[in-house]
Amino acid sequence: MKNRLRMKDRVFKGLLFAAALTILILTAGVVYVLIKNSLDAFQTYGFFGFIFNAEWDPRSDSEEYGAWSFIIGTLFTAFFALLLCIPFSLPVALFNGEYFKGRKISSVVGSVVDLLAGIPSIVYGLWGFYTLRPIVIQLGVNASGFGIFLASVVLAIMIIPYASSLSAEFLSMIPNTVKEGAYSLGATRAETIRHVSLPMASSGIVAAYILALGRALGETMAVTMLIGNTTNVPSSLRDTGNTMASVIANQFGEADGLKLSALIGIGLLLFVITAVINLIAKFIMKKLAAG
Amino acid sequence: MKDKDKMMWSNIKKRSAKDKIVFGAICFFSFLSMIPLFLIIWEVVSKGYKSFNWRLFTQVAPSSMDALIAKMSGEPIPGGILNGITGTLLIVGIAVLFTVPLGLFVGIYLSEHRDNKFARTVSYLTDLLQGMPSIVIGIIAYIWVVKPLGSYSALAGSVALTIMMLPMVVRSTEETLKMLPRSLKEAGLALGASYTDVIFKVMVPSGFGGIFTGILLAVSRVMGETAPLMLTALGASVVNWNIFEPTSAIPLLIWDFYNDPNLVDIIWSASLLLLIVIFLLNWIAKIVARKWKI
Repeated sequence: MKNRLRMKDRVFKGLLFAAALTILILTAGVVYVLIKNSLDAFQTYGFFGFIFNAEWDPRSDSEEYGAWSFIIGTLFTAFFALLLCIPFSLPVALFNGEYFKGRKISSVVGSVVDLLAGIPSIVYGLWGFYTLRPIVIQLGVNASGFGIFLASVVLAIMIIPYASSLSAEFLSMIPNTVKEGAYSLGATRAETIRHVSLPMASSGIVAAYILALGRALGETMAVTMLIGNTTNVPSSLRDTGNTMASVIANQFGEADGLKLSALIGIGLLLFVITAVINLIAKFIMKKLAAG
Repeated sequence: MKDKDKMMWSNIKKRSAKDKIVFGAICFFSFLSMIPLFLIIWEVVSKGYKSFNWRLFTQVAPSSMDALIAKMSGEPIPGGILNGITGTLLIVGIAVLFTVPLGLFVGIYLSEHRDNKFARTVSYLTDLLQGMPSIVIGIIAYIWVVKPLGSYSALAGSVALTIMMLPMVVRSTEETLKMLPRSLKEAGLALGASYTDVIFKVMVPSGFGGIFTGILLAVSRVMGETAPLMLTALGASVVNWNIFEPTSAIPLLIWDFYNDPNLVDIIWSASLLLLIVIFLLNWIAKIVARKWKI
């Protein structure tokens, strides 16, 4: 009886371990297939040759593939979106994590903003196409409305919940006694936020924005529908372009041979960039939790 | 002396005015941030409610030709999104079958081994998988499933969604179990229950609310995913229940409608259905989380 019990436990513990092992295998498998299937492109052009080449030409007589225009397109849209989202996500974070911390209204505002994260990317794309694009044309950004600017605006809205909810959490963790210290010295609430709350929560807030940036870098459908899908290095907000994710979404279906390999290579680069970004954010947060 | 007092007073007034302005600005921008949500919901509802009827649930998506003919004779576009609804059920359903046991086990393992090096590595990798862009997950499932089987399939879509959901379920399970008091487990073991029984009859039921909420949120998150399905499930114009065949899904149909000017009219009712399901799942998750709070 006792032995049978122990046997059962041992099998169960083995299963738990095996399950955890699948995460390891899964990740190793992801890295392996991305590298293996993009090797062709990296070998043809060289590692840096592929990254820094802005040419993307699928015509069979002058076939040439480089990732540079998409890397720039990705960084351009993601960072501009991050910049645009700060004036909205930071007030939301302060509203929920400082001014109305723990009150009913903050949970209402929090839930509403969090619902933004639940809307599918493709619906954002539709909204951007049918509602925002005419406005962008009227503003005179460019003739078609498509481009870096439109894609970034929609991306900025999409990442507000990611940036704000985590920032609010870090702000609300600041002990009241510290803030009361500032009040007792005669500081106003705004001054306390400026000189106590924000500096104290700064690394947490930075981590939140880094995570939001990671989201923006990998976002696919909305960007694909709005950025214009041209293969050029965008140099201003008025330009159309392509991000790494959108070029894969657009061209993967009909790709084969070297082109497929190049697209998977772009996927590998995107994976590495987002992985580094996420690990930096997680590292900051783990350090905060430990300290 | 009087002048100095005056100066101080005006200074305080200035500071308090500034304080009020900051407060006002924060409230203003916070409310501004909520507007896009209502604008999006308004757009989808106002444009989608007209063709939101039983046909949506009983007929497959029309062909471009049929839609064009109907349009030319001034009639509403025929057809619905039945093939998308069944496809989403199939693809997401199988993904849930894959994800829940695996995610639960990994979550239990991580909550049971907190200071072990292997567990910490697995934990880091889970974070890594969680941040992986959905389009990259699509590529992976394409290489793993579509290429060896030689065909786009619902199964490939399920594998992609599984990779997306797994980290979320692992995290929520782990975090929920970690919140349970140690004494709970010790009491179970002290009563002579086996380790297996303590986990499945004490720990998991106690953390049911958190675990179930995590699963619901993960489902609602992948429900509207389009990019990975484009590379894996591809889409189909008929209702398909065979997991080895190309299959449609609601977001894939929205993408098709978007690219076909003749079909654009049903894009909004399809989006409306998707939003309703996602918000419903979020709402249920909230209720479950509140009801089974630890």
